[in-house]
Amino acid sequence: MTTRRDFLKISGQGIFVMFTVDITGLLAARSIQQRGAPTDLNAYLRIGEDGRVTLFTGKIEMGQGIHTSLPQMLAEELDVALDLVDPIMGDTALCPWDMGTFGSMSTRFFGPPMRKAAAEAKAVLRELASERLRVPVTRLATRDGTVYDTQDASSVVTYAALAQGRRIERQVSGDAPLDDRSAYTVSGVPTMRRDAAEKVTGKAKFAADLRVPGMLYAKILRPPAHGSTLLESDTDAAERVEGATVVRDGELVAVLHERPDAAEAALRAVVARWQQPDSGPGNADIFEYLEKNAPPLRVVTESGDLAAGRSAAARAFESTYRTPYWAHAPMEPHAALAQVEGGRATVWASTQNPFGVQTEVARALGVPAEDVRVITPFVGGGFGGKTNNRQAVEAARLARASGRPVQVSWTRREEFFYDTFNPASIIKVSSGIDAAGKITFWEYANLHGGDRSSTPAYHLPNHRVTSQGGWSGDGPRHHPLSVGPWRGPGANMNHFAMESQVDLMAQAAGMDPVSFRMANLTDERMRRVLRAAAETFGHAWKPAPSGEGVGVALGTDAGTFVAAMARVRASRETGSVAVERIVCAQDMGEVVNPEGARMQMEGGMTQALGHALAEEIHFQRGAIAERNFDAYAIPRFSWTPEIETTLVDNPDLAPQGGGEPATTVVAAMVANAVHDALGVRLFDLPLTPARIRAALAEAR
Amino acid sequence: MPEAIRFTLNGAPAELDVDPGRALLWVLRTDLGLTGTKYGCGEEMCGSCVVLLDGRAVYSCGTPVGAVRGREVTTIEGLARDGRLHPVQQAFADHDALQCGFCTPGLILGAVSFLSRNPDPTPEAIKEGLEGHLCRCGTYVRVIEAVRAAADALEEARP
Repeated sequence: MTTRRDFLKISGQGIFVMFTVDITGLLAARSIQQRGAPTDLNAYLRIGEDGRVTLFTGKIEMGQGIHTSLPQMLAEELDVALDLVDPIMGDTALCPWDMGTFGSMSTRFFGPPMRKAAAEAKAVLRELASERLRVPVTRLATRDGTVYDTQDASSVVTYAALAQGRRIERQVSGDAPLDDRSAYTVSGVPTMRRDAAEKVTGKAKFAADLRVPGMLYAKILRPPAHGSTLLESDTDAAERVEGATVVRDGELVAVLHERPDAAEAALRAVVARWQQPDSGPGNADIFEYLEKNAPPLRVVTESGDLAAGRSAAARAFESTYRTPYWAHAPMEPHAALAQVEGGRATVWASTQNPFGVQTEVARALGVPAEDVRVITPFVGGGFGGKTNNRQAVEAARLARASGRPVQVSWTRREEFFYDTFNPASIIKVSSGIDAAGKITFWEYANLHGGDRSSTPAYHLPNHRVTSQGGWSGDGPRHHPLSVGPWRGPGANMNHFAMESQVDLMAQAAGMDPVSFRMANLTDERMRRVLRAAAETFGHAWKPAPSGEGVGVALGTDAGTFVAAMARVRASRETGSVAVERIVCAQDMGEVVNPEGARMQMEGGMTQALGHALAEEIHFQRGAIAERNFDAYAIPRFSWTPEIETTLVDNPDLAPQGGGEPATTVVAAMVANAVHDALGVRLFDLPLTPARIRAALAEAR
Repeated sequence: MPEAIRFTLNGAPAELDVDPGRALLWVLRTDLGLTGTKYGCGEEMCGSCVVLLDGRAVYSCGTPVGAVRGREVTTIEGLARDGRLHPVQQAFADHDALQCGFCTPGLILGAVSFLSRNPDPTPEAIKEGLEGHLCRCGTYVRVIEAVRAAADALEEARP
C-alpha cells in the first residue's frame, strides 16, 4: 500500500522517509479486518529546511499522550531536540492511511518502524554531510540536529542546511542501525505533556470549537427510542423562528441556525409523531435474550484433556458472570463541522479513525474518498466510542443539503442515545483444583463480550476457552443495542470473570489470594509483576474473607502484564463501597514516557471504578433510560482513591500497550476486595449497593 | 427580545445586544468566540462550562446572560494575565493534571474559585470542593495534587 502517491500528498522541500507498519498478524488475531482495507499502517517524517522534524500520522490525540510520546521516540532516534518535532495527526490530506487509534497499538506497532525511519533519515543525512564536509561517512556522527566529523569537531553541518533546497524521498530499508537504548536521553525519560500549555489556556481546539465563515449549527430531530419510525412531523412553527432553516434529507430532519441555542429552541417547536417499537428486550430480560441469540462458537485456546482435568479435581466450581451495557461518556460529546463545495467535502471531526470518517462521508455523499478531507483536532476523550462517526456523516449530509458549512455537536442526551455501548456479556466458567491447590481444569465460555485477553495467564494443563460474538466483526448484530469497543474491549469482562473465579478457588483451597495465584503461575514475567504489586502494597495476605477488604487481580492485555491490588471500605448496612487505595504494577516492555504511562494507569483505573461500582445502561424497547450524568453516575472526585503505580523494568522488550491494560483488572480487583470485606461474592457487574445488600441478605 | 447588556469580560468592558434569557455558555462560545468554555452536559452536572462570575464558579450553561449585567465574568481565556499563566494553570501543567483537556478549563476555574475561599485545603477538602466537576479520563489524583500545589504557590505570592 506504500505508494508514490502517498509521498506526493506533501509538497515542498525536505528529506522524507516513509515507513510501513505491518499489522497483518494483529488484524487476523483480533478478527477486526475491514473489508478492502489496507493491512499496513503508513506514515512518514520530514526533516524540513528549517531543521524542524514533522511526523505525519493518521493517529489522533484524545488524551492518551501519543502527541508527546511519539515525538519523544522520534527525537531520540533522530538526535534532535524534542521541541523540534511537530506531530501532524489525523489529517487525511497530509497523512497516509491509518486504521485508527485504538487497541493500545500506537506505540506498540507504530513506534518500532518509526525508529527505523529515523535511523534511515540519519543515514541520508550522513551521506549528504559526507559530500558537504568531504569526510567519509564512517567518520560522521549525529547529535542535536547536526552531523559532525568525529575526528574534527569543528567540521559540522546542521540538518537544516542539509535539507536546504532539496527534496529527497526514501523508503525504510531497515538496514540502518538503531541507537543503543542504554544511551537514550529523551525516550524513556519522564516527560510532561506537550499539549498542556494549549489545554490549560483554552486555546486547544476541539471539533465544536472550530468556526468557518457562513457556518450554521444543526439540531436534529431525534426519535424517542431506537427502532422508531417517523410517522409525521410538523415543522411550520420551527420554520417561523427568525433565522431558522429546516432541512430534510431522507430521514434526517434538522433545524439550522447561526446560533446553536436558537437551533435547539426551534427544534423544540417541531411536532413529531413516532411509531415506537412495541417489542424487544430490555435490561430486565437481556441475559435470556442474549443466551438465545448467541452467534456460533469459536475456540480461542485449548490444551490437554478437560475430562482428565475434571477427574483430577478435588473440588470443582461452576459460575456465571454477567456484565451489562455501559457507556463511553467522554466529556466531549461527538462533534463535527462539514463543508461541501463543488462535490468536495472537508470534515473536521472528533474521531478516533479519520480514515473511517472519510470512507463513511464519501459513501453518504456518493463521492470518491479522495474528494473528502478529514481533519482531526484534539479529541476530548474517546475510549473506543469515537470509532463511531455518525455525527460526521450527519454534518456532511446537512452541509450538502443546505449549501452551507454545518456543525453537528451532539447534546449529552444524544451522546448517551447514540453511544456504541460496551457489550453486555455472559461468561460461564467451570474450573477445579486438586488437594494441593493447583488448577486442574478450566473451561471458559464468553457469550457476546469478545475474546480479548481471555487466554489465562496461569499454567492450565487442561483448558478450553471459547467465544461467541462480541464487539467486533459480526458480534454487534446479535445485540439489541448498538455496541462497540470500550477501552480494553472484552478484556474488562474477561478479567472480571477470570480473576473472580481464581479468587473463589483460592478461598476454597484455604490459601490467600496472592499465594494461590503464585502457585498457579509459571510465567516468570507475570510472577514478577505480581510480586512487584505485592511489595508496594505491603500487606500480609490472609485467606479470604479476612474482613480487611483487600483484593487482587492480574492479567495480560495488549502485550502488557498487569497486577493490581486494592483496599476497600464496604458497608454491611448500606452496601456502599469506597475504594481507598490502589496499587498497580505493570510490565509494558520498554517505556517511552514513564510519566505518560503512569498517567494512563491512574486514569484508566479511576475510570474503571465506574463500571465496577455503578455504570449500567437500562433500556426497554429501544429507549435508553440514562441520558445524562444525573442518572448515569461516573467516577467523581469523592471516589478518588490513593493510587500508586509501579513500572516493572523490562527494557529489552519492545514497547507494549499502555492505554488499556490497567483498566481491565479493576472490576475483578474490587469484587475480590468486596468479598474479602463482607464475605459475599458478586457475579454481576456493577457492584451496586442494592446488589451487595441482596447478596448479604441471601447469605444470612 | 434583545437588550443591551454591559458587563466586564476578562478585565475589559463588554457590551452585547442579546436576549437576556440566553445561556451565557452559548453567548460566550458563539457570539464572543470564547470556545475555551465547553459544553459537556447542558444541565449543570459536569462542570465543563464553569466560568467565574465575580470570582465565583458558576455553570455557564445554566446562567442566563442577563444575570451577568454589571458584573465581572472571567473565562479560561482571561485567566492568564500579562502573558503569565495563573498559578492554578501552571500547577495543572506541571502536574500533568489533564489528559484530553476537555474538562480542564472548567476545572481550572472551579479550582481558582475554590482556592479563593479555601486557601489552605486538605486533599479531602479539595475533593469536596471540586465534586461538581467530572473528568472521564480520570485525572482526579493529579488534579488534587495540582490544586494543593497551586495553594502553596498562591500563598507564596501573597504579599
